[in-house]
Amino acid sequence: MKKVEAIVRPHLLDAVKTALQDVGIVGMTVSEVKGFGRQKGHTETYRGSEYKVDFLPKVKIEVVLPDEVVEKAIEAVLATAKTGKFGDGKIFITDLSGAVRIRTGERGEEAL
Amino acid sequence: MNTDRKALGRRLAVGFGIGVVLMLGVSQLRSLHAQATDAASAAPAAPKGPDPTGASTGTAADVAVKDAANPTLAEVMETVGHNKISINFVWVLITGFLVMFMQTGFAMVETGFTRAKNAAHTFSMNYMVYPIGMFGYWVCGFALQMGGVAPVAALGGVAPLNHEVGITLFGKTFEIFGARGFFLGGDVYDVGVFALFLFQMVFMDTAVTIPTGSMAERWKWSSFLVYGLFMSMVVYPLFGNWVWGGGWLADLGANFGLGHGHVDFAGSSVVHMVGGVAALAGAIVIGPRLGKFDKNGKPIAIPGHHIPMALVGTLILAFGWFGFNPGSTLAGTDLRIAVVATNTMLAGTGGAITAMLFMMWKFGKPDPSMMCNGLLAGLVAITAPCAFVTAPVSMLIGAIAGVLVCVSVFFIEGTLKIDDPVGAISVHGVNGAWGVISLGLFADGTYGDGWNGVAGTVKGLFYGDGSQLLAQLIGTATCFVFVFVMFYVFFKVVEKTIGNRVSAETETVGLDLPEMGALAYPEFSLTTSRSSAYAGPGGGN
Repeated sequence: MKKVEAIVRPHLLDAVKTALQDVGIVGMTVSEVKGFGRQKGHTETYRGSEYKVDFLPKVKIEVVLPDEVVEKAIEAVLATAKTGKFGDGKIFITDLSGAVRIRTGERGEEAL
Repeated sequence: MNTDRKALGRRLAVGFGIGVVLMLGVSQLRSLHAQATDAASAAPAAPKGPDPTGASTGTAADVAVKDAANPTLAEVMETVGHNKISINFVWVLITGFLVMFMQTGFAMVETGFTRAKNAAHTFSMNYMVYPIGMFGYWVCGFALQMGGVAPVAALGGVAPLNHEVGITLFGKTFEIFGARGFFLGGDVYDVGVFALFLFQMVFMDTAVTIPTGSMAERWKWSSFLVYGLFMSMVVYPLFGNWVWGGGWLADLGANFGLGHGHVDFAGSSVVHMVGGVAALAGAIVIGPRLGKFDKNGKPIAIPGHHIPMALVGTLILAFGWFGFNPGSTLAGTDLRIAVVATNTMLAGTGGAITAMLFMMWKFGKPDPSMMCNGLLAGLVAITAPCAFVTAPVSMLIGAIAGVLVCVSVFFIEGTLKIDDPVGAISVHGVNGAWGVISLGLFADGTYGDGWNGVAGTVKGLFYGDGSQLLAQLIGTATCFVFVFVMFYVFFKVVEKTIGNRVSAETETVGLDLPEMGALAYPEFSLTTSRSSAYAGPGGGN
């Protein structure tokens, strides 16, 4: 069982979600986040003065999957979240030691 | 449960529909019946049937005369005179109501241009300035400003406002303040005085609300309250008296042969420059917002949190300006109102377009906040000359104002290092001055016969009267020196006593909770970092 965290451009959320559903993911958690990577921030002008936007808005999608689905999920994100420009985001994969469905108390992959 | 509710809702809707149909049917029957009886009794006594076109409503029968068969000329004149003044009253009151609504525009512009963490505070200042200012103006402001203005022919005279106080210098009287109408007491219980009070009150409140923009996001509530009273009771009324209340600036023409004296049709100087210069003094004394300038004094932008709110506010102000300028004839029977209203909107247009083009040329993007400032700058500038200039000149005055406001915003921030979050000093102060001076240049001599007691029409430098420009310059300089000194001293005194500025901690977390006890947006967690201002989808492409 693994957790896949994909940090993507906000306006691509719908496309990524659909692609993940297509490979069989049945649930996900989404949050609005801010951050920077190699893209860094960028500079804007307001009333003639400059200001630096350090943290850019992104969307973080978290899905927990059985091991055998992980590659398909990563490919689904790559296929939909990639524009080829700086700022496309990152995918992080971590091992997960357990999961519990609160309603029934089921544990492990049963709970997903 | 749910289905029960739906069924009940459907039954109610059907019942309501049937009821409406029945009522329509009955009313139709009734009107048929009425027509039938009318036709039957076509007697000589005027038939009073329905008048759907309005062609026969309002006839000689509505003029009160002793003997309907032989009305006298005096009786007819009586009615004509009453009607003329009535039209003026309705005009003054309705345009006054429009100007009152400008408070909403100011509140939205200033709140939109500031940060979400201060939204309840910024909006509250713009809201509370209305009652606070009105209270002070009712106590003594109106009396000081207009207490010696009589007669105002358009409003039937306002005879009770007949006491102006002045001093004699160089053998001439310098009128300084009026002294009738305190608390609108019994001695001025007069319809004309009340109409004038309402109209002048909303103008005064427009001026009072201007510094809330330049001092936003750091101004202590208690200091703001004291300011509101000082402005509405003392500073605004005095300068207003000098220009509109029969004071010494208005009499520069009659006393010293300078054109028609200082002419300001609707308040480029009396309202906007007074507010703008007070905004300047306040912004200097209170100092810039934390984080506005870096270590080297370079200005850093602090973007506003709600640009659409500011744009709507600007349009509300532009709408209110149709009360501000055309209402200042104080007469719906003065058909110059058409010229005034049209010139007003042309100048606003000129300002919006040139400000937008200037920003696009300089920075590549139009900058909505400067598009707002540009429109307002054009409107402020045309406020003094709107009744005296041609349409092309109105467009030109507005166009110059639109560039002037941009240059002024950069100068005040970049060179003078003064933090004015919404551009109040540039919009109202700088363009208020430009407005009164432009009148001295461009007044075309088609209007204003007898203005301020000087025979002949108002002419600017380019139409043959350079002395009018001189009067305008004296008025502008007086406005700047008087208002700046008064408010610089006032804010310094407040600083030493109750303090002008909230603590650094309050400023950092936002003024909403510490100062007002209410968050503007309690359902949202607000980040205080500047980066929160930029949250467009796909940001970073």
